[in-house]
Amino acid sequence: MTTDLIRRRTAPRHLVSSVIYHCVMLLFAAIFLLPFYWMVISAFKSNIEIFSQPIAWFPDPIRWENVSALFARTDFPFLRQFANSVFYAGAVAFGTCFSCALAAYSFACLRWRGRNLVFAFTICALLIPPIVTFLPTYIGWSRLGLNGTYWPLILPSFFGDAFYIFMLRQFFLSVPRELMDAARLDGASEFRIWWQIVLPQVRVALVIVALFAIVYTWNEFFAPLIYLKTREDFPLSVGLFTFRSQRAVEWSISMMGATFTAVPMVVLFLFTQRFFQQGLATKGLK
Amino acid sequence: MVAKLPLSAGDPRGPRRKRAGRSEARAGVLFALPWMTALVVFTFIPLVLTFVIAQAKFQIVGPPKWIGWDNYEAMWKDSAIWASVRVTATYALVSVPIKLVLALGLAMLLNRATALSGFYRTIFYLPFLMPAVAGSIVFMLLLTPGAGPVNMILGAFGLDPPDWLKDPHVALWTLIMLSLWPLGVETLVFLGGLQSIPKEISEAADLDSPRAWHKLVWITLPMITPVILFNMVIGIISSFQVFTQALVIGGTTGAPAESTLMYMVVLYRAAFRYFNVGYAAAMATVLFVTVLLLTLLIFHTAKSWVYYEGEGR
Repeated sequence: MTTDLIRRRTAPRHLVSSVIYHCVMLLFAAIFLLPFYWMVISAFKSNIEIFSQPIAWFPDPIRWENVSALFARTDFPFLRQFANSVFYAGAVAFGTCFSCALAAYSFACLRWRGRNLVFAFTICALLIPPIVTFLPTYIGWSRLGLNGTYWPLILPSFFGDAFYIFMLRQFFLSVPRELMDAARLDGASEFRIWWQIVLPQVRVALVIVALFAIVYTWNEFFAPLIYLKTREDFPLSVGLFTFRSQRAVEWSISMMGATFTAVPMVVLFLFTQRFFQQGLATKGLK
Repeated sequence: MVAKLPLSAGDPRGPRRKRAGRSEARAGVLFALPWMTALVVFTFIPLVLTFVIAQAKFQIVGPPKWIGWDNYEAMWKDSAIWASVRVTATYALVSVPIKLVLALGLAMLLNRATALSGFYRTIFYLPFLMPAVAGSIVFMLLLTPGAGPVNMILGAFGLDPPDWLKDPHVALWTLIMLSLWPLGVETLVFLGGLQSIPKEISEAADLDSPRAWHKLVWITLPMITPVILFNMVIGIISSFQVFTQALVIGGTTGAPAESTLMYMVVLYRAAFRYFNVGYAAAMATVLFVTVLLLTLLIFHTAKSWVYYEGEGR
């Protein structure tokens, strides 16, 4: 009876509120997409058209030649830097997955003396701002003569990262212990148990870690800015910054570069969204 | 927050189990060995060395000269430090609360099942994937007078837009707006918090009072206060470390007129422009202590907000 009354009173209002709701949401969506939109259309304008009055919401004509103009720049070796970024992000993602899966498995599934203490240190490491350990590490790498190479950027990921270990450990905890014990009784080695029995159980978690590592490394700026010296070695983030600071007036090439820097991540995300959202649930716990 | 560790299986173990336990322990140490190495080599030794270098005049090449607390004293007298502390604190204290309020509002809007929910969520998450360098350059173009649509839209409403990038009084707002753009992460975290509110409570509130804001103030906000406070402190800590956006937009001088001069930019320039590593290490130490104090503050006040969080479980 009561619910009936409520329903009758709200039914026509429901439609109106639904329309208002979607209008508000679409407006917000438009605001959030505006920077993307502006980046892409500016990439296809000439530098003069970008400043023409009144400003144009669509490039006319669409200057496809800007794409080849970007690839032809010698002061912005885009394809080379793109390849560097792919290599850098791929290597870090691989190293992170491997090393963090080892450590997280050890923390979650194996019993050994001092484990909880080491894990507590891992949590502490998570809270230290990266810059606080950066300077001595930098001096160390330069004493080894490895500045200007990718070693300082990639090698540490093969030893693990506090955040991803923490994240992966949550997933490893859900693997039933009986599974490992049964394998142990069958005489499987500890490494084989990890590789053949436990890892397949947490495949989704490994994909999540790999994706987060790829996105973070692709966007990483500070470390490559400091360690790498030449244009041919830069990843895209640093390459784009350097080009922009030397050629501030060439907006359309900058925008074309920005577009091609952003697009791989956007495409990757669109295809793997459900993993990102699952990973985010763990990030919220952090 | 820390999940339960599996407890040991209990005492009655046969000799065979004991042997298994020993090999398990050996494997445990072995598997954690790379990470333990990293903890020592890449985290704890550098941490201590930072404190040590902060006591020296050190220029990477050549031996360090020990000068005690002089670096800290020089920091105290350095006007660039004070300018950057002012800029960084303003940035953190303005952008983080605004961002959280917007994210919360957006999360509340998203917290209803419609045919387009997935679409909206995707859109709000996208800016998070934008590389910071690219995003900063795009924002500069958006706000450039005569080229960007922002000034045109403001003009259409009869507002007189400021010179976002050249006026020292408003340049920081460019950085703040840029920080608000990728709020999808916070939004999704809040959305998770909202969806963990038990349905019965939320529906009871709907019946009790027809006014939506009653529910917001009395039910929703108290239920997710822990998430808000936690995100607030984490957000402030990470905005102390903002670097990329500030360097792209303001350069190493924090142009215009040091109005976008972030603490990290001053640190970067001390270490890698002036090669004054000892000074930069002192700056890093001060940052470390500040972050440490804020973190202790979270843990100290944790009781009051973890209580809420634990109650639902």
